[in-house]
Amino acid sequence: MPAAEAGTAGGDGAFELGGRKWGSRLIVGTGGFRSIDDMERALRASATEMVTVAMRRVDPQATNSVVDVIERLGLFVLPNTAGCYTARDAVRTAQLAREAFESEWIKLEVIGDDRTLLPDAVELVTAAEQLVADGFTVLPYTTDDPVLARRLEDVGCAAVMPLGSPIGSGAGIRNPYNLRIIVENAAVPVILDAGIGTASDAALAMELGCSGVLLASAVSRAEDPERMARAMRSAVEAGWAARHAGRIPERLHAEASSPEQGLAELG
Amino acid sequence: MRGPRMRVIVNGQSYELDAGTLLTDAARRIGIEPDARGLAFAVDGEVIPRDEVRRRELREGQRVEIVAAIQGG
Repeated sequence: MPAAEAGTAGGDGAFELGGRKWGSRLIVGTGGFRSIDDMERALRASATEMVTVAMRRVDPQATNSVVDVIERLGLFVLPNTAGCYTARDAVRTAQLAREAFESEWIKLEVIGDDRTLLPDAVELVTAAEQLVADGFTVLPYTTDDPVLARRLEDVGCAAVMPLGSPIGSGAGIRNPYNLRIIVENAAVPVILDAGIGTASDAALAMELGCSGVLLASAVSRAEDPERMARAMRSAVEAGWAARHAGRIPERLHAEASSPEQGLAELG
Repeated sequence: MRGPRMRVIVNGQSYELDAGTLLTDAARRIGIEPDARGLAFAVDGEVIPRDEVRRRELREGQRVEIVAAIQGG
C-alpha cells in the first residue's frame, strides 16, 4: 500500500501539500454562510484542517471575527486573492495576507471578469511566478486546461487547483476528461476547486484522481450546511478510497457474479 | 497652537490629520486598533512589513489601506 494511503483519522489517508502533511483532503471556504455559528458547526462536521479567507478593508464595527473561530477550531488559514483582476493586485493582496498571518501560503485567484469568475490565464501565471520567486507557497485556482495547469506547475506552484465548473455554480465537473489529463500530467497535488454542487461531485473528483477538494458554496449555501459538510467529508473519503481500490472495468454486457455451474435441474 | 495639517485617505475615506501622523495613529483615528492581530497595512499600494508599521509616518495625500481577513473563498 502506498504511504499516501496509510490510515489516519477518518480513514482518508494523509497527503502532502506545500511540504506539510494533512489528514483531511477537504479544504473549506468560509464564504457564504448565513451566520458565523453555521460556519463553525459546518467546519467541525467537515473535519477539514484548512480553510480559506478573503482579505478586505477592516470594518471597525465588525464583531464576530472569522479568524477567532478558525483559531478556536485549530484550523490552518489559507488566505485567498479573491476579487483581484490583475497579477499586480493579486501579488499585493498576497503580500498583505503574509503580513496579516505571518504565513506564506496563498490561494491565488486572478479572475477575468465578474460574470464568469473564470481565471485570467495570463495574469494568473504572471502572479504565480512572482509569488513563487517571493517565497510563497502558491495554490492557484485555474481552469481545467491541462496546458495551463502544466505552466503553473512549471513556475513552481505547490498544487494546481482546476475548477470543475464556475465558482458558485454547483454544476459539478463539466469536463472530467480534462481533469483526468491534468491529474495524469501533474507531479504536484491536484485539488478540484470550484463548481461542486453535491456530494457525488466531490466523490467524482477524487475518483478521477484528485488529491483533494476545495469547496465553499456547496456547504455554506446548503439548506443545512452542517449536514452537507458531513456529506462532503464522506464523499471525499469514499471517492479517495474508491480511486485506490481498483474499480472494475466498465462493460457493455452483463457479467454474472453467481457461478453458472451447479445449477439444480428443476424443470 | 495647531501645527500644519494634511489630508490622507484611509480605506477610501478622507481625513484631516496632523502632518506627520503615524500610520498607527491614523488607524486609531478611524476606530481600528493597529496592534490587533491579523491586520495588514498598505500605503500608496506598497505593503508595509509588520515591523515597520509602528514607525511609518504618513505624508500629505497618501492612500492608506488597512485590511483583515473576512469570510470568503
